[in-house]
Amino acid sequence: MNDLIWMSLVIFLPSIFALGLLFFPKGTERAMRWWSLLGTAATLGVSIGMFVLFKDNTLDRVGANQEGRVNRDMVSLQYRQGQIEFAAPPQAGADDPMFKAQKGDDWLATLPWIPRFNIHYFLGADGISMPLILLTTLISFLALIASWKIDKFVRGYCILFLLLETGMLGTFLALDFFLFYIFWEVMLLPMYFLIGIWGGPQRAYAAIKFFLYTLLGSVLILIALLAFYFTNVRDFVSTETVEAEARRLAREKDPVAWSKLTATEQQARAVEFRKDVVINTFNIITLQNVGLAALQKLHGEPVTITAVQAARTALEQAQKSGAASKIEEAKARLAHAEEVFKDASKRLESESFFTPGFQITMFLLLFVGFAIKVPVFPFHTWLPDAHVEAPTPISMILAGVLLKLGGYGILRIAYPICPWAGEQLAYWIALFGVINIVYGAFAAMAQDDFKKLVAYSSISHMGYVILGIAVWSSPERSQYWSWGINGAMFQMIAHGITSAGMFFLVGVIYDRAHHRRLDNFRGLYEPMPLYGGISAVIFFGAMGLPGMCGFVGEFMVVLSSWNFAPPGHPYVGRVFAVLAAATVVLTAAYILWTVQRVFFGTNPQYKNYSDIDPRELTAIVPLVVLCVLLGVLPNLLLSWMEPSVTGLIDTLASYKP
Amino acid sequence: MVLNVDRLQAGLGRDLQAFLPELILSGGIVLLLLLRLFKAFDRVHLGWVALILVLAALGVSWGQWEGSGLSGLLSPEEMAKANAAESDSTQQAMPLFSGLLVYDRLTLFIRLFLFAFTALVIWLTLTTGIPDTEDSGDFYCLLLGATLGMALMGSSNHLLMIFIGIEMASLPSYALAGYLKGRRQSSEAALKYVVYGGGAAGIMLYGISLLAGKFGTAYVPDLAVGLVSNLTPGHPFDPVVLLGLLFVLIGVAFKLAAVPFHFWCPDVFEGASAEVAGFLSVASKGAALALLARIGFVLAGLDTLALPPGGGMAMVKLLLPALAFFAALTATFGNLAAYVQTNLKRMLAYSTIAHAGYMMMGLTVLTREGLSAVLYYLIAYLFMNLGAFAVVAYIRQQIGSEDLRDYRGLVRRSPFLVVALSICLLSLLGIPPLVGFVAKFQIFAALYNGGQVYAAAGEGGLSALLYGLLVIGGLNTVFSAVYYVNVMRVMILEPNVEDIEGGEPKPLPEPVPAVTFSTLLALALLVLGIVVNPVANLSQTGAGRFGDRPMAAPVAQVQEGQR
Repeated sequence: MNDLIWMSLVIFLPSIFALGLLFFPKGTERAMRWWSLLGTAATLGVSIGMFVLFKDNTLDRVGANQEGRVNRDMVSLQYRQGQIEFAAPPQAGADDPMFKAQKGDDWLATLPWIPRFNIHYFLGADGISMPLILLTTLISFLALIASWKIDKFVRGYCILFLLLETGMLGTFLALDFFLFYIFWEVMLLPMYFLIGIWGGPQRAYAAIKFFLYTLLGSVLILIALLAFYFTNVRDFVSTETVEAEARRLAREKDPVAWSKLTATEQQARAVEFRKDVVINTFNIITLQNVGLAALQKLHGEPVTITAVQAARTALEQAQKSGAASKIEEAKARLAHAEEVFKDASKRLESESFFTPGFQITMFLLLFVGFAIKVPVFPFHTWLPDAHVEAPTPISMILAGVLLKLGGYGILRIAYPICPWAGEQLAYWIALFGVINIVYGAFAAMAQDDFKKLVAYSSISHMGYVILGIAVWSSPERSQYWSWGINGAMFQMIAHGITSAGMFFLVGVIYDRAHHRRLDNFRGLYEPMPLYGGISAVIFFGAMGLPGMCGFVGEFMVVLSSWNFAPPGHPYVGRVFAVLAAATVVLTAAYILWTVQRVFFGTNPQYKNYSDIDPRELTAIVPLVVLCVLLGVLPNLLLSWMEPSVTGLIDTLASYKP
Repeated sequence: MVLNVDRLQAGLGRDLQAFLPELILSGGIVLLLLLRLFKAFDRVHLGWVALILVLAALGVSWGQWEGSGLSGLLSPEEMAKANAAESDSTQQAMPLFSGLLVYDRLTLFIRLFLFAFTALVIWLTLTTGIPDTEDSGDFYCLLLGATLGMALMGSSNHLLMIFIGIEMASLPSYALAGYLKGRRQSSEAALKYVVYGGGAAGIMLYGISLLAGKFGTAYVPDLAVGLVSNLTPGHPFDPVVLLGLLFVLIGVAFKLAAVPFHFWCPDVFEGASAEVAGFLSVASKGAALALLARIGFVLAGLDTLALPPGGGMAMVKLLLPALAFFAALTATFGNLAAYVQTNLKRMLAYSTIAHAGYMMMGLTVLTREGLSAVLYYLIAYLFMNLGAFAVVAYIRQQIGSEDLRDYRGLVRRSPFLVVALSICLLSLLGIPPLVGFVAKFQIFAALYNGGQVYAAAGEGGLSALLYGLLVIGGLNTVFSAVYYVNVMRVMILEPNVEDIEGGEPKPLPEPVPAVTFSTLLALALLVLGIVVNPVANLSQTGAGRFGDRPMAAPVAQVQEGQR
């Protein structure tokens, strides 16, 4: 229950503060700003508290095994011992044993929400979502500091801003696909208005373009969501769920006769209905188990029946602990599970579920849906417009968090649920990643508008994320894939820090110069030395200078790409790696050139500009610190992110392609 | 089943008891007419009387729904005889008045839907002041009359009753459309409505006469037997039968405003007052959809009251593509035509056409799940569409215009109404967490599920058709975003009219009743979007009587059970 409260608090705290804004009288704009700042600060605080608990309890205490290494069973959603208990039954009553079985500190929590469609308020956090949550709350807090100068409709701005934060955090925490989708869509409208009302001259056009692109992506995700829901996941849920559903079927068939039976007879009768059980779910973890089983089946391996596997593991643990009663109980559980699922393997062999065609279609729907958000090359055209027109703080959120949602969706949903398709399409996805890297860099170089340059550099940097996620070739190379995904995750965080920083810095001079044309700046270092120094750090961080955060992710991705060898294309990974590495030169070129154009030389026109002020300093210093800190000590992040990522990879990659 | 005086008399008491809500309305109409004879009532706005009457009818209907359907009306033996195969009360069906009407969960659901909706409309008219006290008697007579006709449409099981129901719903609607006597547009709207309506009624009556003449009965389940045997492949093709069926369906399509029988809809909605347009857009659609569902489900062999031998798959193969085609056409056309509208009511008219298309998509699946999704959609649609029309009516009272140009920058002058309208439009667009999303989600889910069901039954073509329809539905959502968001853009993002024309923006008065009404509807959209289960269960029960899939109705088995 504890973790349920923590996670819900993180999601809904901003909304609660947004609701509070309604009660401020007119004319108290200052108070509204402080109140909203308090809201984002409180959310940041809660998320840090959640992280501390997560790290202390889950990773260090419960998660560590005897060898002192992190026990991956506990920290990866794919490995979770407890996961089976969250495959909740349809039409579940409150008396279902599964709901009582919530553990305290495993950062998975569920409440039934719409029993009619077996939809749950199901939240969870692991090493993949946790850094992104921290990033979101931090960037939101800083972006609100950056919003101080907004004086048009302050109340509306703050409400939309806080609702947007709720949407983002909910998306990162939701583990029920339906819930995920709701939060995903909740972000759409605040963003539309934030760009449309407070944006630049072309704001209406940029806002509707953003809206339509994202809505189109959402519709694709919605279709995939329906397709997954209508897959029968009967063999991937717990024994209790199957039993409960069989009993329900038996009762519904003939309620009168059912009520006359004794408990034992009812049990015997329910057994007859086991074969008719159909269970549909939006539970992402259950669906991941289905995807895994499909992968096993398509590679000709025995299929894992989740419940049986879980019972077996429980027995092993009981044997280790040595308590006789526990062993007996675990044995009984295993026997029961094997009994309930005795036809499962046969059924899964004969039935067609998650067929290749289905998986490829769904993977593409999901990938395109998420790729629009990332954005991946042919779907990227909304991004420069939206970035350029959005006000500075919203650009920070867009680049710092919203783009990450696309990467997170691919990593959390597209790959684990359709692993076979991901494996088959690895080459193409990696290709798109490389195109993104190179295209974004060239496009950035050609820009004259400062914000557009940063926007295209975002496209280029997000390409590393796609490339890192895609480099899956064979089981013996799975450690490289693991580097790739770790690199992609690291790159997402690093890019969140540097791009938010860059947009903020552009905003700082825009506030003074009221234009963003790169060629019209010059000599800004002279009047604003502190600003110049900070800019140099953030820009070099984005460039990927060793010792800065941008370097680590890019380096890991390039390294893993070098070892990427999809069947039939043994050297393509090296080509990709060379291209991705060579683009660093391009990145250096456009960033250095920008620094040169903006800061070097002298310019009497800007002589009287004031240097960065304390408020602006507060907004940027945390990003500068993180930028350097993560570059020098990448383990600060990797140490607790890596086990979850590796857990994901070990589950998927051990199957022969 | 043949009309039989003895049988009619035998169950008369019971039938009248089941018919009680409609009787209340009928009595209410007479009462409203008579009240005008007395001088004392000259100064009384009769809306309150009408509201009480409708609420009484609603209460009785709710009692019938809660009273587990029929058990209160039938003796145990009768019930056993009527529904030998079905022990669950949600699955019972009872013919009323010797089969002219049918009394089942769908009937009750449509009654609840219509009466609740009419009550809301009356509340709306009380807050907008159309009609004024003097005209209130006439107005509410017409409103209740139309509601009565629609309730009959939703429960009729006999071609004659279908026709009477449609006409009883239509005639008051014509008069309501022309209710703003002083406005030319309003009269034009009424005239157009009458002409189109008369034409459609004539065609329908002709179709009825063809079918009744051919098969010697107008009782729908009996007719279905004849129709099915005539239209299944292998049987010599009889154009008269097809024409008859087609003509009857045209009559229904007219009420539904399905493309290509939608031409009246934008003109009538533009000309009629927003209150009336809101009423017509929701109520007549609901009744027509229920009627379409009844006809379609009987033909497809999903109605447990009558399973025509040989129904099911063969008939589905004919019906499903036709419905799919018209559903896709209606949704797409409605959404595309709404793009270019500058009058808000006209835009909403096209949006209602599009929504009729979405709901037809749900019926296309021809499964219980599909109908359940449509019933859910109706409830959602009730709140969001009425909300949109209500706010348009309120804003018209303030600025005297329904033109989109006059809505520029309205958020600065009338923030509450604009936010309420935006929420309604977003719900119509289907953005979570509003109820419109859950409704659309259910329709799409029914389509996908249907695709699976037909694929499992070896009907790859039908399955592909439904998947295609799902994609069209998804694309339509994106299309519709353009014009819904455009309204919000104009209201919220654009500068004030006064700014453009060089004056001071002056805040509009926002009367408390108007704000209350629109805020409540907007809140309902949000709450129902989060608390999904009650309405979902209601709609599931409403559709519960029908079979879950065409191929699962092995005729022989069920008949055995009945014996």
